Amino acid sequence: MELFWEYVKAFLVGGAICAVGQVLIDFTKLTPARILVTFVVLGVVLGALGVYQPLVDWAGGGASIPLTGWGSTIAKGTRDAVAEKGIFGALSGGLTGSAAGVAAAIFFGFLSAVVFKPKAKEE
Amino acid sequence: METVTNQSYNQMVKKASPPSKSARNIPMAFLVGGAICTLGHALIKFYMSMGVPEETAFPAASITLVFLSALFTGLNIYDKLAKWGGAGTLVPITGFANAITAPALEFKSEGYIMGLGAKMFLIAGPVIVYGIAAGVVYGVILYLFQLY
Repeated sequence: MELFWEYVKAFLVGGAICAVGQVLIDFTKLTPARILVTFVVLGVVLGALGVYQPLVDWAGGGASIPLTGWGSTIAKGTRDAVAEKGIFGALSGGLTGSAAGVAAAIFFGFLSAVVFKPKAKEE
Repeated sequence: METVTNQSYNQMVKKASPPSKSARNIPMAFLVGGAICTLGHALIKFYMSMGVPEETAFPAASITLVFLSALFTGLNIYDKLAKWGGAGTLVPITGFANAITAPALEFKSEGYIMGLGAKMFLIAGPVIVYGIAAGVVYGVILYLFQLY
């Protein structure tokens, strides 16, 4: 039963974050690129303020999978690196914290683009 | 003059377009986005059950979803899902992977360097630029606060 609630929480929080994105698409003129930028920067800010990690602890994948979660890993990496290496960490921490997601997206995106054929133009 | 025409045009659009568009889009984004995040949570639990520590299980789940997104974008399935899911397919990290894979695939015809290699960052580039810049600003603020 506890396990069931864990998934419900992940579904509700993840769904709610995505619904906010859809509201922005429908009621503002924000393009998808701007929405992605907004969510990542928002994640950095919320992570820096220390309010995003509690949400990840509560909702798990519901908070870590949206791009706000990826942004919060930038903030977390920066905080850890500054504590360890001082001002140099301000530069190295963000990419270190978010490296796995970026490198995976670049590498798998590259592989996929090499292997598959572009879709034929429709319409 | 132009703003007036824009406003009246927007009102005309609002009147002409069916009011149910957002009423359908927003719940769909909620359902599809929620489903992707639930899958992500299941992956986290799966990796942890395999003995992977929590701080590794979270990025491992994200990487798995990124892989699936790149695969389904290549198979032309993710774009079809995006038509239904809207922001539900955009906001999760799968949307970021799709934003990298789709232009890389589309511009492959312009060459592997300036086509695939450069155009891959059409949308992901700004996301990385502003995300990392925000992180550096935070780091500098944090460092200055530690000094005093």
